[in-house]
Amino acid sequence: MSGVPAAPGLLGAAWMIARKDLAIEFRTRSAFLSALVLSLLSIVIFYFAWDPTAIGAADLAPGVLWVTFTFSGLLGMHRSFGVESHDGAMDALLTAPVPRQSIFLGKALANLVFVLGVQAVALPAVALFYNLPVGPAFGALALLMLLASIGLVAVGTMFAGMTANTRLAELLLPVLAMPFFVPIVMPAAKTTALLLAGRPIGEAFAWLRILLAFDLVFAYVCMLVFPLTLDD
Amino acid sequence: MTTRIEAAGLVRAFGARRAVDGLSFTLAAGECLALFGPNGAGKSTALRLLAGLLSPTRGRASIGGVRLPAPEARARVGLISHRSMLYEALTARENVRFSAQLHGLRDVDQAVERALVALRVADRADVPVRALSRGLQQRVAIARAIVHGPDVLLADEPYTGLDEQGGAALTTLLRERRDAGAALIVVTHHLHEGLALATHAAIMRAGRFARFERAEGLERDRYAAEYRELVA
Amino acid sequence: MTSPSHDPSDRRPGADWLLLAAGAAVAAAVTRAVWFTPPERLQGYAQKIFYLHVPSAWVAFLAFALTALSGAFWLFLKDPRLDRFAESSAEVGVIFTTGVLVSGPLWGKPIWGAWWVWDARLTLTLFLWFLYLGYLVLRGVVPEREQRARYSAVVGILGAVLIPFIHLSVYLFNTQHPMPVVANPSGIQMPPVMVKTFFLSLGAFTLLYVALVRSRYALAAERDILDDDVATDR
Repeated sequence: MSGVPAAPGLLGAAWMIARKDLAIEFRTRSAFLSALVLSLLSIVIFYFAWDPTAIGAADLAPGVLWVTFTFSGLLGMHRSFGVESHDGAMDALLTAPVPRQSIFLGKALANLVFVLGVQAVALPAVALFYNLPVGPAFGALALLMLLASIGLVAVGTMFAGMTANTRLAELLLPVLAMPFFVPIVMPAAKTTALLLAGRPIGEAFAWLRILLAFDLVFAYVCMLVFPLTLDD
Repeated sequence: MTTRIEAAGLVRAFGARRAVDGLSFTLAAGECLALFGPNGAGKSTALRLLAGLLSPTRGRASIGGVRLPAPEARARVGLISHRSMLYEALTARENVRFSAQLHGLRDVDQAVERALVALRVADRADVPVRALSRGLQQRVAIARAIVHGPDVLLADEPYTGLDEQGGAALTTLLRERRDAGAALIVVTHHLHEGLALATHAAIMRAGRFARFERAEGLERDRYAAEYRELVA
Repeated sequence: MTSPSHDPSDRRPGADWLLLAAGAAVAAAVTRAVWFTPPERLQGYAQKIFYLHVPSAWVAFLAFALTALSGAFWLFLKDPRLDRFAESSAEVGVIFTTGVLVSGPLWGKPIWGAWWVWDARLTLTLFLWFLYLGYLVLRGVVPEREQRARYSAVVGILGAVLIPFIHLSVYLFNTQHPMPVVANPSGIQMPPVMVKTFFLSLGAFTLLYVALVRSRYALAAERDILDDDVATDR
């Protein structure tokens, strides 16, 4: 009998799991396309609920963007545990000799790519449909989207894992996760508004500080408590 | 002989119901336990406890002298459950490969190829699992479970869905593993199937062993009759 | 298998004296607040809500802090009593939070001129309400007791981590709430008779919380025993 080989560590295993998730997503593309279409649809629908003479596009766009991002993100995160529970693949992950936190990290990483991918299409779409000049603020916006998405994905992945095996999972996930998105969406939307108004990112310093703190605290805490959400 | 599996006073309660209610036994290298019992007797729960997927309410389980759920213990277990634990969007090869990587095997390609050939699915290895028949999926599931050469193999109804060729391949594989010094537990409803390789036989009822004995010299027809009587 | 012999119908619960006493205390505090405490100089009778609103808010936050705390302790001790307490406290907390959310607008309409104002503390309370409704919904869909306790503990802890973040961002968003008048470092600024009424009310509400949690806890304990009987009879 061969000796027990060295199992991959936290980051190595997380990377394998993330790559596997992205391969599945790339193969099927179903969740990504749904999330994308959902985003575009909601952007378009918002347009028709809008009176351009009363509210300027730059004032409306931040809300549209971030509401769209949170909902499409939740869709992807819910699905990311669906592939594990479908044929009991989660059991295989749990019997493998990898740290359980690596499951969280890997899933979160794949979800981050997913969420950023949707945003990369949705942002130009908003710019196009609402006739907004995002060009000058592009770098700052990209940084903001990354910061906000980290928090979004940390909390979303944790709750998606928790609700995956419950009844009503697709309903329960947003109910549980949305309150946690308040300190993400509020700073993100406010900062987006500032950037679209052509202000320097420095003026949003107080908001960015909240975002950064949220990311650090919740990425750490969610990773810590994630094993508690696994079947035991 | 080296002890492979050791269970001491293993209890698992769900609420007040004890699915497993005090199991104690050891299996040494090269031993195979055929585990029988009616539905709901606690067989699957017992296997999940021994695979480190459930934590016992009381008692302890060790694999190769290492107490579960330590990664070193989990690394030595292969679990075949009644669910395939596969990702249906990925190919057979990708599924088995992912498992091999999570176990940190040194020569992943060779191990994957060996497992696929042993289950005679090598020629269909590059088709998404979704496109395979139920029986072929079961073969891939088994290949996934044994790719890391576990020295403890826990199989829950492994013959389900297999055709004659697949069943023969599985029996050959199980015999090879047993003769190579692995300890096996095979849960099944077919007495003949189970006793084919068994060195020990046990009947579970209401979370406990109603019988546990050496299999050699066991008269099958009488055992079958006694089993029916015990379970009735 | 022997089941813990227990037939809930053979024990008729007596009157819940604590609950009666708490009810009487709240009634007394309200009576005193409405008829025996002078109206506030600027806000008039609208300010009477203050004697309900602030104690309710105090109990709401206390309830959720204790829910989170007992959940965290459950993770280490695995004592079912802690989980039952968390469940009871969360449920009672939701009732008091609803009280805050209803009494706030009643006060806000005459003073702010609108039923709902996105004031920092009221908004925080609203999100607290959402958070714990989610908590209770989650408890409703997880049938297995240990798993339910574990999930609840996680949500409780995360909620406790979340509250400061919501507070911070809502505060940064805007604030219109009257500055605290009781817990003010420069000293209490209410006339002594109002202060006395306020603290009486605070005490009465806290007593009501304790009484409600106690009776809700008894219910949870009965349910667990019933579940056990069903499970062991299987």
